[in-house]
Amino acid sequence: MIAVGEQAPDFTLRDQDGEKVSLSDYKGRKVLLIFYPGDFSPVCGDQLSIYQEVKPEIVEQGVDLVGISVDSFFAHKAFQEKLGIDTTLLSDFEPKGEVALAYGSYLDAPLGFANRTLVLVDEEGKVAWTYESPNPGEFPGANVIFDALS
Amino acid sequence: MADLGSAQIPPVGPEDHVRGQGEEGIVVYTDLGCPRCAADWPRLREPPGRLVFRHFPVAGKHPRSPALHAAAEAAGLQGRFFEMVDSLYAERGRVDDPHLWQRVESLGLDLERFEADRRDPEVQAGVRRDFESGIRAGVAGTPAIFDACTLETERTRVLNTNGSPTGRPEVDN
Repeated sequence: MIAVGEQAPDFTLRDQDGEKVSLSDYKGRKVLLIFYPGDFSPVCGDQLSIYQEVKPEIVEQGVDLVGISVDSFFAHKAFQEKLGIDTTLLSDFEPKGEVALAYGSYLDAPLGFANRTLVLVDEEGKVAWTYESPNPGEFPGANVIFDALS
Repeated sequence: MADLGSAQIPPVGPEDHVRGQGEEGIVVYTDLGCPRCAADWPRLREPPGRLVFRHFPVAGKHPRSPALHAAAEAAGLQGRFFEMVDSLYAERGRVDDPHLWQRVESLGLDLERFEADRRDPEVQAGVRRDFESGIRAGVAGTPAIFDACTLETERTRVLNTNGSPTGRPEVDN
């Protein structure tokens, strides 16, 4: 897992609309990277749905939310529509899991996807806070995000 | 802005909807649009001791949920909260406004008052208060079940003992 205080590795991935998004696009704002195992699994859906409910309060604190998984951007689009969320979802698809690996979030084969991990990147692009779930089946409630921001 | 950082769930108070008697029982954060909650409701609705109902509508996932929670509150203002909840969970395919009006009629409620109450900002604020208290306690899925006496789940008890923020409570699905 990447350590607090390290420079967050920059990346460029496609979002749910196929548009390229880089971490450096967020410079000057805080961004919460939400690594998760995959679209359409029940737990992932719950996690992003709950965060969506409190997104206005998170954004009010100057933090953007970005979900990242190894799914294709086509799947992200369908997942976003299914959940009724507007959180940006980035596709860590090719090379598979490269960004998750750079952040120390990737779970090797036979799993082959990111663990449920939160990484708060500050305005200067440094890692300000992290959370890693004990296993992919558990995810942090939104309360831990607000704890981190307080 | 509401404080949404970690905290234990609020103790049972006069604004809560309570079914059954005694100090023991469960506090359930539940979503009236959630199929898992509906499937569990027959088991949860009459536990040993008392049941304390807390609203946890996840609108993005279940767009009709906020309206259903407001309808239950409005029925509650006429003394029929749990009857409305039971009915909504029993017939999940019948949750549009005309279906709500049919329920109001069958429960013998005043429709005009129901319509005004369910749109009352105070009613909606009460639903949101429950939701926010669940967020602070780490509710991350529904139904989320807490012990009515200790206000904790096994999971939050362990985390609190360790001095860590509350994490995901027991989610029974």
